[in-house]
Amino acid sequence: MIAELGHFALILALCLAFTQALIPLAGTIANKPLWIGTARPLSCGQFVFVAISFACLVTVFLQDDFSVAYVANNSNSLLPSYYKVSAVWGAHEGSLLLWALILAGWTLAVALFSRALPGDMVARVLSVMGMIAVGFYLFMLLTSNPFERLLPFPPMDGKDLNPLLQDVGLIIHPPMLYMGYVGFSVAFAFAVAALLAGRMDSAWARWTRPWTNAAWSFLTVGIFLGSWWAYYELGWGGWWFWDPVENASLMPWLAGTALMHSLAVSEKRGLFRSWTLLLAILAFSLSLLGTFLVRSGVLTSVHAFATDPTRGVFILAFLGVVIGGSLLLFALRSSSLGATASFNWLSREAGLLLNNVLLVVMLAMILLGTLYPLVADVLGWGKISVGPPYFNFFFVPLGLLLVLAMGVGASLQWKRQANGSLQRLLKAPLLASPVLAVLWLMLAGWSLKIASLLGLTAALWLILFTLQDIWKKSDHSQGRSTGLGRLKPSYWGMVIAHLGIAVLAIGITLTSNYSDQRDVRLVTNERIQVAGYSFLFKGVEQVRGPNYIAQQSSFDVFTSVEGVYLKPFTTLKPEKRRYLATGNVMTEADIDGGLFRDLYVALGEPLGDRAWSVRVYVKPFIRWIWLGAFMIALGGVIAVLDKRYRKTPVNVTRGNVTQPSVDQKSAPKSALAHAKKGN
Amino acid sequence: MKPERKQRLLVVVFIVVVTGLVVGLLSYALRENINLFYTPSQVAAGEAPTHQQIRVGGMVVADSFERASDSLDSTFLVSDGSATLLIRYSGILPDLFAEDEAAVATGSLGADGVFVAQQVLAKHDEEYTPPEVADAMQQAIDKKAATEAAQQVESKALNTPEATY
Repeated sequence: MIAELGHFALILALCLAFTQALIPLAGTIANKPLWIGTARPLSCGQFVFVAISFACLVTVFLQDDFSVAYVANNSNSLLPSYYKVSAVWGAHEGSLLLWALILAGWTLAVALFSRALPGDMVARVLSVMGMIAVGFYLFMLLTSNPFERLLPFPPMDGKDLNPLLQDVGLIIHPPMLYMGYVGFSVAFAFAVAALLAGRMDSAWARWTRPWTNAAWSFLTVGIFLGSWWAYYELGWGGWWFWDPVENASLMPWLAGTALMHSLAVSEKRGLFRSWTLLLAILAFSLSLLGTFLVRSGVLTSVHAFATDPTRGVFILAFLGVVIGGSLLLFALRSSSLGATASFNWLSREAGLLLNNVLLVVMLAMILLGTLYPLVADVLGWGKISVGPPYFNFFFVPLGLLLVLAMGVGASLQWKRQANGSLQRLLKAPLLASPVLAVLWLMLAGWSLKIASLLGLTAALWLILFTLQDIWKKSDHSQGRSTGLGRLKPSYWGMVIAHLGIAVLAIGITLTSNYSDQRDVRLVTNERIQVAGYSFLFKGVEQVRGPNYIAQQSSFDVFTSVEGVYLKPFTTLKPEKRRYLATGNVMTEADIDGGLFRDLYVALGEPLGDRAWSVRVYVKPFIRWIWLGAFMIALGGVIAVLDKRYRKTPVNVTRGNVTQPSVDQKSAPKSALAHAKKGN
Repeated sequence: MKPERKQRLLVVVFIVVVTGLVVGLLSYALRENINLFYTPSQVAAGEAPTHQQIRVGGMVVADSFERASDSLDSTFLVSDGSATLLIRYSGILPDLFAEDEAAVATGSLGADGVFVAQQVLAKHDEEYTPPEVADAMQQAIDKKAATEAAQQVESKALNTPEATY
């Protein structure tokens, strides 16, 4: 009964989304305030029904209703109840419903927090979001209904959730990632609305910025949770594999990062307008592409659990309509938005242009590396895989360049950097960063390598530039504390995110250059020494979990002081689990984490005679990778809090915007006229 | 030329140069770093290059897996149904690696015809077979069927004259 209720609620949500896609937009064209006014209530209604539908799916999971096919395939009566909830988005159908719920959530948020926006703008934005929602509801109802029943012979028990997904990280990773993916739909809808209206100014950029920042922060958190999960759950000890699914989430992130920076120029200086719109379209298109890559099963990858060609064709068609339609609109309309203002080559605008070029180049090379094997397969050029060396070959030098440019660029002034001031700006970081990098490596007792020196120098360069900039900007006649207090949240957001990049770069550099990793055969009571730590293998015993049986080993870890082992300072208990429902075997690594190093032990397989193959890693500074990612996301959130985004925009309200009675068709022309007047 | 036009031109030139550079580097890097997939039959036929990073895959042959008693060195055979290939690997195998299951190995082929793997991937859930392996198996089956059919035709052709006498 509950499953049917969920199904009906989903159909009703589709109907509301359909109305939302048509009526308000028609209102802006036919100039009917009443139609325009339906946008907000329809968004609320759509959210309510999709939320009901989602709640129904959660309920059938909690009730172990195995007559519902999706529950039978992805849950089990032995599964702990929190995993039953997360199993809702453990596979294709449920994760689509989650996607739709989040889309409705963002739509609702736009409807609620857009009081300062002109009504016709809101109507266009919500209509575009309604169109996207229609696509997803249709996809779900036509090809992947989560409420389908297995009648009249429901199974006795479910097949269980994939053991890889039975993990705390995976409870929150997909929702966060989807918050990011779907969040870019807001920037996309704003861009399409601007193209429809033929109007795009700095007020538009100011409206779009907080939404983009919020979505981007969620995506950042989503990606780093995924990386963290891969680190401790997959049992390989790596944190990034250049796996196509990881790339699928990194591409919209790069486009989103470029978009945020390009929006800054569009807001402050009115430049790069068409480019900003294009990036907004690109970021969301890549989010959809990510969904397509992951969900259509075209990839040979650890993550792609769903396989069904009809779905792939549907998503591909949907992708074609969304990307093709928006790009067509862009081609037709963007010329009327062009800005002709120019900028100096030594200015913040130029710095941000460099940022955009670098990010887009990185994006292009990931896109090529990810899609090339698929294209080659389709065209029959053979089965090809593009490995990490290709990605590292580009990403490392480009990333290094980006970090170096970031330091200088963020310190430059808008319009034009005063002559001679650049030298003054460069002096301290240029001298100090390489010296500090060498000192750091020598004090830590690590060998000097070119790769690590370059990485550390770039990171320290960025930190020094950022600190120098804070120092300069906080200069105030009433003392430095007043000056610091005057700095805006959007500035602090940028500072924290940039420092986060530096922390991330330090983590990547040190971890990839100075990790010690061994795969060894160990017999009970045998020791292994790795990077100054001694691991004593104490043997394996059997333990029982809620839905699995595990071989649990224990390792005492010692630090040796002049060759003498004192008491063990910690005991690690990695496991090998066999899940009862599927018989799947899973490696459960155990990690002693720390700010400066992680000790990582994973069990391989039993080799007989009480011997096991064991993987022991000592990874310095690996936590800095996720700490940095967290700072980046935090920076994005802090920037959203800037009061500037909440002020009622006074200068935006122009005649045809506040009074819907004026003919809307004249809007493009008047905007064009306005742009011409402006120059 | 107006300064604005000049700047726009510079931007365009800059983008074109950067793009050209990137495309050049990309094609170079792609050529150096793509790993082609070969089936055991292709390796047996001598189609696969030696001492170059490639990928091979197939079903792990039953009772072929052997592990050294004092280290993590191991050897096993993979098969696509018509040919087998010996793979040598030192390290920890993935959880789902098992005999009679599909596996894909990345590494290089030695002159002795033994494949030395740096990485071994197994299927990652119960129902999933790597598409390369599935394809390779299918090809082998098709080939077998084709050769058998050809043999039948041949033997028929050989047989018929006798039958007429």
